Amino acid sequence: MCSFGQIGKVIERFGWPRLIIAFFLVALFASAPLVNVRIDTSLSDVLVRVGMNGILVLAMVPMIQSGCGLNFGLPLGIIAGLVGAVTSMNFSLQGFVGFFAAILIAIPIAAILGYFYGWLLNLTKGDEMMIATYVGFSSVAFMCMMWLLLPYHNPLMLWGFGGSGLRTTISLQAFWLQILDKFLSFHIGNYFFFPTGSLVFFAVVCFVMWAFFRTTTGTAMMAAGSNPQFARANGVDVDRMRMLSVVMSTILGAIGMIVYEQSYGFIQLYMGPFYMAFPAVAAVLLGGASVNKATITNVVLGTLLFQGILTMTPSVINSLLKTDMSEVIRIVVSNGMILYALTRKEQVKKR
Amino acid sequence: MKGRSLKGFILSNIVPIIFLVFAALAIPISGLSYRYLFQEIITRLSRDTFLVLALLVPVLAGMGLNFGMVLGAMAGQIGLMLAVDWGVVGIPGLLVAALIGTPISVLLGFLCGYIMNKAKGREMVTSYILGFFMNGAYQFVVLYCMGGIFPIKSPQLLLSRGYGVRNALSLAGIRGALDSLVSMEIHGLSIPVATFIVILAFCLFLILFEKTKLGQDMRAVGQDMVVADGAGIPVERTRIVAIIISTILACYGQIIFLQNIGTINTYNSHEQTGIFAIAALLVGGATASKANIVNVFVGVLLFHLMFVISPTAGKNLIGDAQLGEYFRVFVSYGIIAIALLLHALERRRVRIARMKMENESVV
Repeated sequence: MCSFGQIGKVIERFGWPRLIIAFFLVALFASAPLVNVRIDTSLSDVLVRVGMNGILVLAMVPMIQSGCGLNFGLPLGIIAGLVGAVTSMNFSLQGFVGFFAAILIAIPIAAILGYFYGWLLNLTKGDEMMIATYVGFSSVAFMCMMWLLLPYHNPLMLWGFGGSGLRTTISLQAFWLQILDKFLSFHIGNYFFFPTGSLVFFAVVCFVMWAFFRTTTGTAMMAAGSNPQFARANGVDVDRMRMLSVVMSTILGAIGMIVYEQSYGFIQLYMGPFYMAFPAVAAVLLGGASVNKATITNVVLGTLLFQGILTMTPSVINSLLKTDMSEVIRIVVSNGMILYALTRKEQVKKR
Repeated sequence: MKGRSLKGFILSNIVPIIFLVFAALAIPISGLSYRYLFQEIITRLSRDTFLVLALLVPVLAGMGLNFGMVLGAMAGQIGLMLAVDWGVVGIPGLLVAALIGTPISVLLGFLCGYIMNKAKGREMVTSYILGFFMNGAYQFVVLYCMGGIFPIKSPQLLLSRGYGVRNALSLAGIRGALDSLVSMEIHGLSIPVATFIVILAFCLFLILFEKTKLGQDMRAVGQDMVVADGAGIPVERTRIVAIIISTILACYGQIIFLQNIGTINTYNSHEQTGIFAIAALLVGGATASKANIVNVFVGVLLFHLMFVISPTAGKNLIGDAQLGEYFRVFVSYGIIAIALLLHALERRRVRIARMKMENESVV
């Protein structure tokens, strides 16, 4: 009986939704060979997608830790990343030069945007998430106008036939397509591809974050999130910590977007980044984070699980049921995860 | 004294005033005729007002802007689909759709209210995500179950694979059923009188509702849940009822909206419903904690005026209609962001004032 109780406790801590999704993923992998889906190809796809999305998910961590909640305003960082990428491409920078130029241009923009964003969130403590969502949305809509108006001139990126403004999708073929994915990458057999560069880059950024939360500033940031009164009593400037966390999240969003683009191969402007915050939020929650606590392990685990589901459902479910259910599953899993986190009793802050 | 009240009036209505100034500047630039504008405004008032009315009750109950109203819109669409399938046309078609939509709305509204009760203090973001979540469930039902588990008689509703509803459904027999029931022509402008009568009837219903015991309970819950609970009001139940009413109204609103449009975009029509209704209400000068019927009408008028003029104004000003279109999108999201910000600042002010009061009473 005792062991049952313990198992119950473990399940409780792990969370039912997470457990169901993990089992679901295992079942998907197990049934893959039955419907002629190659496991090595699938695994490789999952790894590529983890490298692609990992940093965007990591961008959730600083804000959650400092008590600013889930970063639905991620599009702000994504926009900084897009501006960096497009500017670097405008000067026809290629290869690693282009990639790092994009990051270097994006970081100050993200820092400035993040500063204003953080100032706004400090004004609206307790209501951050809703404000964040709409700051993200309106910034995407604002940039739609800017993509038309900004004076970019590289003909590869503009609408042809005398149209004005940037295209909705720009191929990275001539610039830095998969520059990280292909770096030190290797094949095993015909089907398995290991995107070493992206994963190493992700690991390095994760490590930097991990190390940061062990510095004095990092600890102060966590204290500001878990108990603002206590932190203030110990001389932590809570507002400054929150501000710093928002700037960090926004910068990570910008870098994450550039990494995403090099792997994806295209830059999507205009309404492209509109809903990009939601998969990242869902992934970190799936990995075991809550509205006010997230670790690097949550990020890695969550990205693996979430991208695993996204990779496996189209191929396996489609072959099993002969119909494309993946979109529905994606919507239900990601938003269900967010709902679960928002409604958990222990997370309801004291009013 | 008078100067101060004028200043107060401007400050508390700053959002509609900005929009009015914007419209006054943009109408001449757009070069659209006043006759065209009036006709558009009348059409859009009749089309959209009802949906915005659906937002009032949750605001009264202190639950903020009900982003979950898309659930009601989904229910309305399912009702319309079945009405089309059964070949019921005209006003009976609308009634059938409403009859089917009502129980679905009650169910979804209960679910939404229940979940929002579990997330007190962040109802808005929760209802917002719930809208996305239920969109997945809606897709599952409409795209996979209809024609399979739920029988659909007419094959022209279904995708060629035999199950799942087509992307666009024509509401040929239902189009304009309510609008043209009683309509008038004044100076060449056609006015859908019947639709406006329905809208006014529900306005009256909402005004009377506020005066009932339940309406007063909601107001009390909206002011302070703890005090309301102390006064013996069943807080959670009252909040759920508020959301159920809102969801049912959203369902009827979507039916009115779609009978005017004349086609259902099966998988998209409902998605924008919440955003546009909320933006319109906020443009009308409402906040997440204070909204009335005047806000609804002013908001729909100003917001949709901007809808009509901004593409042409953008084209004439900068030579790019797309830019005006993006500007419009930007304004609809930006206005929600600003209104939410003001709401949050107001909440903070109240909280600080209350903390001060408590401190003083302790001393």
